[in-house]
Amino acid sequence: MMQLECPWCGPRDENEFACGGTTHSARPELAASDAEWGEYLFFRDNPKGLHLERWRHTYGCGLWFNVARHTVTHEVLAVYPMTASPPPLG
Amino acid sequence: MKYSALALLRGALAGHRTWTPAWRSPEPKAAYDVVIIGGGGHGLATAYYLAKNHGIRDVAVVERGWLGGGNTGRNTTVVRSNYLYPESARLYDFSLKLYEGLSRELNFNIMLSQRSHVMLAHSRHDLESIARWASAMHMHGIESELLTRAQVGELLPALDLSPAARFPVLGGLRQRRAGTARHDAVAWGYARAADALGVDILQNCEVTGFETGAGGEVTGVETSRGRLRAGRIGIAVAGHSSVLARLAGFRLPVTSYALQAMVTEPLKPRLDTVVISPGTGAYVSQSDKGEIVIGGGLDLFASYAQRGSFAVLQSVVAATLAMFPSFSRLRLLRHWAGIVDVVHDSSPIIGPTPAPGLYINCGWGTGGFKAIPAGGWLLAHALATGRSHELAEPFQLERFTTGRLIDEAAASGIAH
Repeated sequence: MMQLECPWCGPRDENEFACGGTTHSARPELAASDAEWGEYLFFRDNPKGLHLERWRHTYGCGLWFNVARHTVTHEVLAVYPMTASPPPLG
Repeated sequence: MKYSALALLRGALAGHRTWTPAWRSPEPKAAYDVVIIGGGGHGLATAYYLAKNHGIRDVAVVERGWLGGGNTGRNTTVVRSNYLYPESARLYDFSLKLYEGLSRELNFNIMLSQRSHVMLAHSRHDLESIARWASAMHMHGIESELLTRAQVGELLPALDLSPAARFPVLGGLRQRRAGTARHDAVAWGYARAADALGVDILQNCEVTGFETGAGGEVTGVETSRGRLRAGRIGIAVAGHSSVLARLAGFRLPVTSYALQAMVTEPLKPRLDTVVISPGTGAYVSQSDKGEIVIGGGLDLFASYAQRGSFAVLQSVVAATLAMFPSFSRLRLLRHWAGIVDVVHDSSPIIGPTPAPGLYINCGWGTGGFKAIPAGGWLLAHALATGRSHELAEPFQLERFTTGRLIDEAAASGIAH
């Protein structure tokens, strides 16, 4: 089973976590147009490769955190705090 | 060559040495009227209906791998049209009606088996939901029946009906016209029929980029087998839709997930309907070969891996055994995953893209197989006429700006 490294609890099985999808999506200003809101709410890069996403240790400590993961190999390249910028990834 | 019982007999008498390939493997031409990207069910059906309905025969289908090697060969072969909203019900019932005539139309046995689809209800809330659902279908002119617990038991003798079950069965919703079809035969049948009308099917031909004109309109594709010029291009690549969109310079409201399925070793006939249990989280049917075919929920994180995670496999198997305890000693023979293109409202996108001349058919998510004839028909209509077919009008990209979503999440059956 795939494991993820919860920053608080350490490595745990995948089924303790829930993925919250793409991270670092900046919320537009309230005056944004319908197109901008649609873009923010629905449109995604959905990359085949490196994906920056948020996960929650739902059935553990409840912590939200960010993960850099490859969508083909599922390799986890980095785990970093919710409010941090992504670390440099070689 | 027309396939028939007589042809089979003749073939048998000649020692089966007279059969010819069902389609050609031509070299790519430099230019086509229309290029369709994706040689799965939807792409091949698009090519067939372009030639058949619109007389456009100068068409190429380009496929990165082999025909039907993606989700067309990775689904659980279920066809049905029990959807909640009128737009979807019309769309999926149109598809089911095309399926009903497809073996004859294509002269290829797609082994459509309208064996019924039964959705189980496990709670008072479920009972109310399926009653609403049955009424909605009735309004759409699609037959459906509400079943009592005893009627479910008659249809599904292997099902655990005991009140002590983790998810006790209280009733069900049945669509008699639903069932299964042979998935590979759908791809092969469309391929053979399209080829016979002059369509070039180019396998092992990966699209690596788009060529565009001064106004941003598409003028051709770059592929691993050379450049193909075409003024109109259709995309039908399911889980890889975002990858193609990126090559063309835009984004889609799509996330790609792995959806698993599995089959057990074959056993004697035990289950002659398709049964789905939203409570336990699995759906089950028995193939003509006798294998128990099992599907469940998505692996809920973005993936292009075509393999499922053990966590989901485990829960789907547990759900199946909660429904059918007598299957507990069966061994799983095969287990796989397809990459599905999930949209926020679980409804497809069929129509133009931001790049003029480029049309897309995507977003079927976990339910693309049942929609193959409709998806092909409607994308062909858009490519041929430049306008959306009436059935496809509600399913445009604009709805993610206007907010006019068609939220069929419930109708995908399993809470994904």
